Amino acid sequence: MIHVFLKEFNSFLNSLIGYLVVGVFLIAMGLLMWVFPDTSVLRDGYANMDTLFLVGPYIFIFLVPAITMRSFAEERKLGTLELLMTKPLRETDIILGKFLAAFLLVILSLIPTLIYYFTLYSLGSPEGNIDTPGVMGSYIGMILLGGIFCSIGILASSLTSSQVVSFIIAAFLCFIFYSGFDSAASLFNDGETSLLVKQFGIVYHYEAMSKGLIDSRDLIYFLSVGGILLLFTKVVLSSRSW
Amino acid sequence: MAVDDISFAVNEGEIVGFLGPNGAGKSTTMKIITGFLPPTEGTALVEGESVEDHPMSVKKKVGYLPEHNPLYLDMYVHEYLHFMAGIFGLSSSQKRNRVTEMIHLCGLADEQNKRIGLLSKGFRQRVGLAQALIHDPKVLILDEPTSGLDPNQLVEIRKLIKTVSKDKTVLFSTHILQEVKALCDRVIVINKGRIVADDRLDTLLLGGGNYLIVEFANEVNEHELALIEGVEQVKKLENFRFQVKGLPGSDVRPKLVDFAYRQNLSLIGLKQEENSLESIFSQLTNVDQKNEGP
Repeated sequence: MIHVFLKEFNSFLNSLIGYLVVGVFLIAMGLLMWVFPDTSVLRDGYANMDTLFLVGPYIFIFLVPAITMRSFAEERKLGTLELLMTKPLRETDIILGKFLAAFLLVILSLIPTLIYYFTLYSLGSPEGNIDTPGVMGSYIGMILLGGIFCSIGILASSLTSSQVVSFIIAAFLCFIFYSGFDSAASLFNDGETSLLVKQFGIVYHYEAMSKGLIDSRDLIYFLSVGGILLLFTKVVLSSRSW
Repeated sequence: MAVDDISFAVNEGEIVGFLGPNGAGKSTTMKIITGFLPPTEGTALVEGESVEDHPMSVKKKVGYLPEHNPLYLDMYVHEYLHFMAGIFGLSSSQKRNRVTEMIHLCGLADEQNKRIGLLSKGFRQRVGLAQALIHDPKVLILDEPTSGLDPNQLVEIRKLIKTVSKDKTVLFSTHILQEVKALCDRVIVINKGRIVADDRLDTLLLGGGNYLIVEFANEVNEHELALIEGVEQVKKLENFRFQVKGLPGSDVRPKLVDFAYRQNLSLIGLKQEENSLESIFSQLTNVDQKNEGP
């Protein structure tokens, strides 16, 4: 697994993709947080990082599929998947290696935004007047959400040999998982059904975490959804019906 | 169904050519042996171990060069070989040794710091072979290793395969028949998913009959030619040129010369037909089609 992981991560760093993704994310977030008046914290008057945590997922919806779209689609197109599959590697090794490489890149793109936290911490009046547990919870939620997006992207990439198709499928599924379920919930008048549908979506659990409360139920949601998606990928790869 | 009830064994140290027209099931068979495709029925054994039951240990023993030689085009040659060596769990010093060894064996010393995508087809093929050999496998499976190469590269790659396969069991597919002659001990011909011939190369060549092209300077009676002892069949090609098929194992050349002498004919050409392997191949792979017609 470690070999696939290193190879994948190196390929991010050796090509433009890695820098582009991190760069675009940070520039977009920086502009939204500090420059554009509508979303700027400086105009808002409150020392919070809502802009990052509310808009960030929508940027991820486009960026994460861009990271993962190559992973299996390209291998399939080049035929190198056959090469990997006939080496002493388990399918799980290949999938996890690729997933972790993409996930690490997502985490790396989030790390520099910690500066925002320290900036707001010192800008707060009085200094330090910021909801630290909320911010930390949001970061954990954001990382887990990135993990789910990565598994969606890996699954979408395993379905096709076209990177474009893979990107579109992944972006659509990320959107459905993130806010689709949440919006669909309001279709139901019955409160219980509505809540059930809501709980399928990421937003419900993400918001719970952003209050600074790390609930095991939310953790289980993120881990199990990510795991199931990667399991689907394994099924797709094992079927070899392509 | 791509492959139907195929059964053969390749003995240790043998080089076996796997022949057949496109779509005959060569690649499918190889994909099953290497564990890429699961067989719907039956088993593939490598050194007595089933590919399905022990995929890991079988895959460690097999070096495989898939059709079209897939490679990571954005990786550097040495980086790629290190990656492949790592998959086989070699320690870092072993890895370095093996990679250096392979780079020299496959003549990649000058190209090792280039991106694979920038290499010519011949060099890519060498990288593919280096990759297949990196863990010193006992069994080597090469799927059309020479397709699409220019004549010089062809000879070089063929030479390379010959060198590396000294102490290995090799199964390789091709539809270049000279290659079979140059490399193989044994040939398996497959058509429409079935084995139509499996024999030593020389036996197969004899079995197909020996063809001669005879050319006279003047008119010859075709039927008289056919009456010569040992001649099975005579076919008129042009005015005074004939294709003579001799009985298997017999040499009719002296008799033909004799015949010309007796009849007072001038024999101006007599040559053993070179492409008898081609004719065997087309015989073997076309017969089936006729029989299976609607």
